[in-house]
Amino acid sequence: MNLWWWLLLSCLLAYAWKLLGFLVPASLLRDPRMSRIAGTMTIGLLASLTVVNTVASGQALALDARLGALAAAATALWFRAPFLVVVLAGAGAAAGLRLLGWR
Amino acid sequence: MKLLQSPAARVGLSISIATGLYGVSFGALSVTSGLDFWQTMALSLLLFSGGSQFAFIGVVAGGGSGVAAMGAATLLGMRNGIYGMQINALLQPRGWLRFAAAHVTIDESTATSTGQTDPLEQKRGFWTAGIGIFILWNLFTAAGALAGGALGDPKQWGLDGAAVAAFLGLLWPRLKGREPVAIAVACALATVLAVPFVPAGVPILVAAVVAAGIGWFSHGRSDEGLEPDVDPYAEQHSARPSGQHPGDTP
Repeated sequence: MNLWWWLLLSCLLAYAWKLLGFLVPASLLRDPRMSRIAGTMTIGLLASLTVVNTVASGQALALDARLGALAAAATALWFRAPFLVVVLAGAGAAAGLRLLGWR
Repeated sequence: MKLLQSPAARVGLSISIATGLYGVSFGALSVTSGLDFWQTMALSLLLFSGGSQFAFIGVVAGGGSGVAAMGAATLLGMRNGIYGMQINALLQPRGWLRFAAAHVTIDESTATSTGQTDPLEQKRGFWTAGIGIFILWNLFTAAGALAGGALGDPKQWGLDGAAVAAFLGLLWPRLKGREPVAIAVACALATVLAVPFVPAGVPILVAAVVAAGIGWFSHGRSDEGLEPDVDPYAEQHSARPSGQHPGDTP
């Protein structure tokens, strides 16, 4: 299926989640398990996306300049840099390491 | 103007600028991931949830299928349902306003609203942050997409490194205390182990299953992981002793 369709379906599902919150009775709000799963899943997915974008190359694992980007971003975050600075640090580290010859 | 004297509206405006600005990185990364300009804009206009948008393009950039991209984006959007319940309980919007409120229910608008105690301020905070971010996020996405399209070889500019940094930046504010760090490490390990064995994109869904299992069987803070990417009340929060969260229980 064309990427457009998956994209539009994603948009629809994202809105469905949001709207669901407004439509379900407030008593469900007191079920701590649902909000806990929403939270642990947010952490897990973001950790997974970080790792995939750092070391996955298709179905193989690769150690390359992206590791430097991860280290640079972590350093920037440690010093409480704003999001955009963190992103620029990541880009700069990867580009810089490639200039030095590390793929 | 009266609105500018409202503390919640002021917080909402500054969070709009901070969050909107990083739409530039989304726009640039999206077009270099292989999406075209209008696909990028459709994500910012219609999906409108930063983490899910980055997840979608992150899976596509890694060679994952459209359905895997949709899976990651959708699972990451679950927390917006929880925010929706909170906002609905606080603001009780009626009629068509409820459908508009749902669209701008995201990390930052919820955090701006729930950080206030006065009901009127909660309402002002939610709408200023929600509408402000929507406008700026889309403007900056367009700017980033146009700039990204003109860049040429994305690797030469380190844009794959920018994606790594973006995801770490989204994860970081949620790692308060030992438990979320343990969840992140477990899911990172599950991902690395899964990469060689399943198609691209699927390791992220494996990690989601691990995370949901942890959430189902363990008993920790119920609001864990539900922190905004950009904290609207960062100044007040940094006054608190580090590593401690009011909801922390041993």
